[in-house]
Amino acid sequence: MNGQAANELLVASGISKRFGGVQALRDVSLALRRGEVCGLIGPNGAGKTSFFNVLTGLYSADQGQVIFDGQPLPLGVPHRIAGLGIARTFQNIRLFGAMSALENVMVGRHARLHSGVLGAVLRTAATRREEAQTEARAHDLLRYVGIDRLANHQATHLSYGDQRRLEIARALATEPKLLALDEPAAGMNATETAGLRALIEKLRADGLTVLLIEHDVKLVMGLCDRVAVLDYGEKIAEGIPELVRRDPRVISAYLGTELNDA
Amino acid sequence: MSATNARLKSRLGIALIAVALAVLPFVVGAGFGNSWVRIIDFALLYIMLALGLNIVVGFAGLLDLGYIAFYAVGAYLYALLSSPHLAQAFPALFAAAPGWPVWLVLPLGAGLAGLCGVLLGTPTLKLRGDYLAIVTLGFGEIIRIFLNNLNAPANITNGPQGINNIAAVHIGGHALNRPLELFGIVLPGVHLHYYFFLALTLLVIFVCVRLQDSRLGRAWVAIREDEVAARACGINTRNVKLLAFGLGATFGGVAGGLFASFQGFVSPESFGLLESIMVLCMVVLGGMGHIPGVILGAVLLALLPEALRWGAVPMQQSLFGKVLIDPESLRLLLFGVALVLVMRWRPEGLWPSALRRRELSTHAADGA
Repeated sequence: MNGQAANELLVASGISKRFGGVQALRDVSLALRRGEVCGLIGPNGAGKTSFFNVLTGLYSADQGQVIFDGQPLPLGVPHRIAGLGIARTFQNIRLFGAMSALENVMVGRHARLHSGVLGAVLRTAATRREEAQTEARAHDLLRYVGIDRLANHQATHLSYGDQRRLEIARALATEPKLLALDEPAAGMNATETAGLRALIEKLRADGLTVLLIEHDVKLVMGLCDRVAVLDYGEKIAEGIPELVRRDPRVISAYLGTELNDA
Repeated sequence: MSATNARLKSRLGIALIAVALAVLPFVVGAGFGNSWVRIIDFALLYIMLALGLNIVVGFAGLLDLGYIAFYAVGAYLYALLSSPHLAQAFPALFAAAPGWPVWLVLPLGAGLAGLCGVLLGTPTLKLRGDYLAIVTLGFGEIIRIFLNNLNAPANITNGPQGINNIAAVHIGGHALNRPLELFGIVLPGVHLHYYFFLALTLLVIFVCVRLQDSRLGRAWVAIREDEVAARACGINTRNVKLLAFGLGATFGGVAGGLFASFQGFVSPESFGLLESIMVLCMVVLGGMGHIPGVILGAVLLALLPEALRWGAVPMQQSLFGKVLIDPESLRLLLFGVALVLVMRWRPEGLWPSALRRRELSTHAADGA
């Protein structure tokens, strides 16, 4: 294995996905390096979330494969992908509404725990230990994202920004190597966005690789080490933010081209 | 200081409940007659059924309209293994009534019902809500119709006539349907059944409480709340759902076996769609996903028809001089009215769990 490959956490190659007549993704390839924050941008409907859904297993791909940490990902099997170390948040927050914040994070530990029916019913020493560790770990994660004081509040009662943080804590509970955030700043005010940025920088400092879909250009340009741009299901640019924002194809994708140019 | 006080209080509470449950059949028997003890025995069976369905509907959020099929499976397995029917129908294969011990028959019935639960669950894994309800409803009817028609070409279930002469549960060589004299007190059969059913009901409650407060219980609720997010959290939703179906069905199978032994007779009539709906109503009315609420719902709905039968006829006679409405129709009428009122004013059930209550009340406030 050469140095380049060892440095890459995820290599997606030739991913295509079609829904009826819509080609959501066309031959998209993307490599993520360990420890970087990579932005995935593009106009609405460009296929960003579809790409996320393929990477996290919610969709299977029509073509292409993904190598994650040296092994092929079982596309279309989300719980196994979560077990291998990819966690995500959702564009429209998807928390377990009736549960407390703490329980939401504890659910995130599911794949890392082992107790089954017998262990639960007999409440064996191993189960008790596991439950205590799970709860302590969940508190740690809530503290990490800064909402431990809300641990026993119902998830739906948290403020919008705190729900985003809770979703990140729940994703972190799966012990991911790659964290995929789908528009985490959507609907946030300036203060909340600044807080989110600080949190993502803390994640990067702690060695996590982050893939970020975001519309907030300031956030993406300020935070990301690299940016990839999707348009109509195709990757049209990739590179450091300063270069990507000057790329003519990117500008035309976002702003359109003038009629006499076409 | 206050912590020890609280512990003392809860211990005292448990002791009081234990004493109350222990003397209940004597008090009821003395006050209302032993037929009411029999009704309480049935209420205990309904508690087991409702708690089993609560795992599927209340915890995992999978609407199951055919749950009574598992009750039927448990009941018929017990009936076949504990009655002379098979020996009469197939003298060449079965020499005599086998008389299997209860500690073997009940787990067998539970296991078979659990297996049926998994079999039903497998094709429904991708279905939700209405679609799931329709498939499970179909399954329930299939089982009932099977039982109704499996008397030809080989007479396995004896068709609509049902199976008779089912032996009662024997414990330590004593049949539970015969009175037992203990320290000078004569315990009638209904009392013995009461204690036996109570012990099993407490066991079912214990298992439910432990499961709810575990990794699996959290996974079920997570699936109920948001299946996509649950999968992204690493939950193998297929296995966890099948486990809910299987465990729920297991409780139904145990209750079914007890039902067959208690009645001494089973027929397909006892396992119709209305019974499935009745058990579902117990869960919904009491408070989906909340164990004490579900128990309350089961007790209320099991006792209501009997209370009506007991009170409605004399009341009508004293008011109108004759019986205007037959108590059976009155039961369905009141039942419907109660459901409408509860769904309108307490959509989360009579005794919902604390967190869930808050959730539903905020939804109501948002809508208003």
